[in-house]
Amino acid sequence: MSLALLIDFGSTYTKLRALDLEACTVAATAQAPSTVTTDVNVGLDAALSLLARELGGLPHFRHRLASSSAAGGLRMVTVGLVRELTAEAARQAALGAGARLVGSFAYRLIAADVAHIAELSPDILLLCGGTDGGNSEVILRNARALAESALSCPIVVAGNREATDEATAALNAAGKMALPTANVMPALDRLDIEPARAAIRDIFMRRIVAAKGIDRASARLDHVLMPTPAAVLEGARLLADGLPSRRGHGPLAVVDPGGATTDVHSIGVGEPSEAGVIKYGLPEPYAKRTVEGDLGMRYNAATMVSAVGLDAIAADAGLTAAAAQAELDRVVSDVEALPGRETQFRFDEALVRAAIKVAMTRHAGTRETVYTTQGPVQVQRGKDLTGVGLVIGTGGAIVHARDPAAILEVLLASATEPGSLRPRAPKLAVDAHYLLYAAGLLAQVEPVAAFDLASGNLQFVGNEATS
Amino acid sequence: MRVRTLVTGVIGADTHIVGNRILGMALEEAGYRVIALGALTPAADFVKAAIETAADAILVSSLYGQGELDCRGFRDLCVEAGLDDILLYVGGNLVVGKQPWPEVERRFLEMGFDRAFPPGTRVEDALAALAADFAGRAV
Repeated sequence: MSLALLIDFGSTYTKLRALDLEACTVAATAQAPSTVTTDVNVGLDAALSLLARELGGLPHFRHRLASSSAAGGLRMVTVGLVRELTAEAARQAALGAGARLVGSFAYRLIAADVAHIAELSPDILLLCGGTDGGNSEVILRNARALAESALSCPIVVAGNREATDEATAALNAAGKMALPTANVMPALDRLDIEPARAAIRDIFMRRIVAAKGIDRASARLDHVLMPTPAAVLEGARLLADGLPSRRGHGPLAVVDPGGATTDVHSIGVGEPSEAGVIKYGLPEPYAKRTVEGDLGMRYNAATMVSAVGLDAIAADAGLTAAAAQAELDRVVSDVEALPGRETQFRFDEALVRAAIKVAMTRHAGTRETVYTTQGPVQVQRGKDLTGVGLVIGTGGAIVHARDPAAILEVLLASATEPGSLRPRAPKLAVDAHYLLYAAGLLAQVEPVAAFDLASGNLQFVGNEATS
Repeated sequence: MRVRTLVTGVIGADTHIVGNRILGMALEEAGYRVIALGALTPAADFVKAAIETAADAILVSSLYGQGELDCRGFRDLCVEAGLDDILLYVGGNLVVGKQPWPEVERRFLEMGFDRAFPPGTRVEDALAALAADFAGRAV
């Protein structure tokens, strides 16, 4: 038996998956509370000993790969020029790299911005601005302002290529670590975020892992490859695209409601599905990740309920407003709470339905009719996901729900909101064994086994599951 | 001489793209770098594109008769964005009805456009105007 060990250093739990690379099955799983703030090895050892108990001793692992979202995740600040253009492209690149965005800035940084950035003390800063051959004055000015600041984190320079050398030199001369890479937006109609993502990941592996104390576990593993959200995105991409020897599932979306945020990933070009529709706005990333900071099942349950309305949650749960408020107070005060009683299940299910519906509505594009003197014209903003063939739910709130299909169905396109380009009739599945991140990691070394594991362990739910 | 960058597009809720495409091809052939925003472009998007691309001029097309409404305040938007000196052209069927061209031209020049072009303008005329205006502001 040939096994791989996949580790997720999460903010609360260190989760292990021992995967059988030949049978493409999950050999064992274990988790223990994370101890990143003290010594990461304590939590890892505890989880490993639980794993050893399941496996009857710890075998030799062919690969030992990890991802991390511990110690606040990969905290990033982005800087661009025009808010809707290079500043937005910078945000897309950082989110795609699995970052937690703590600040996004546009135009010329003023002294207060620079002070604010230094105070935020991000793990990495992404500095963009100008298309290739376009504006270089602003990125150079911002580079000099950052060079003079107290900021000490690595800086990825991904703006106008004509300004890159000078911006990098200005930062290096001031003792900052600056890494030049290709422009995130080489032309107004083109997004090129992969080089910036690769640069961010490289810094993450070489520097951030050590800064967060995760390198103390380095004797036990080969690599900490990427932030966990990036691993999920890589897993989703592998499932969608397939491999030369494996047919992919085609365009798909992943929803991941967590305690603090709800992530949505979509893989696909998202071009208009109907003829005659005009696209408006920035080109969309093929592999796109959005993070909704106000939609969480626990830490941000209160902000979510205020966004959706207590009455709506209560009605969906079949509870009175007072009962729903009591349930909300309970989960906010005890973020580890798992549902036990009927009312608790119903409340949690209403919460997760609200989270994924709102998160998918924000992630998906819109189509609206604009009336011109030549007649009505359909204008699309964002990605058209109506034709997506597969939606995967991951995370405990969906996987452990009593009826995952009834949860996932709420995010589908609806006749009452024809302008929202959400998936229309996808197959629904759950990532029951929490393998998407593991597949994303394993894909870096054994893509075929990674694909077979992720694909073979998808659990289809709803009508499609029985057909 | 450095390559000049031009932003083109059809402003407002106007879908007439053909003439704008032809103009764009001619401008590229003449050696300009053309950032073509296409049809249905809001005024603010011309300005945003000009900032990122460090454009030297914005060429606004309007064919459906609403140009006067769409272009109102265009120069002010540019000034607000720090593009005080950018060259601004407008052309097409700028107004409805039969209005004398000199009057129409005056209204658009008062709005802050450097030049306005009547219907039927030849590509060569636009190229000659650009050459003359850029020669006057040689860097």
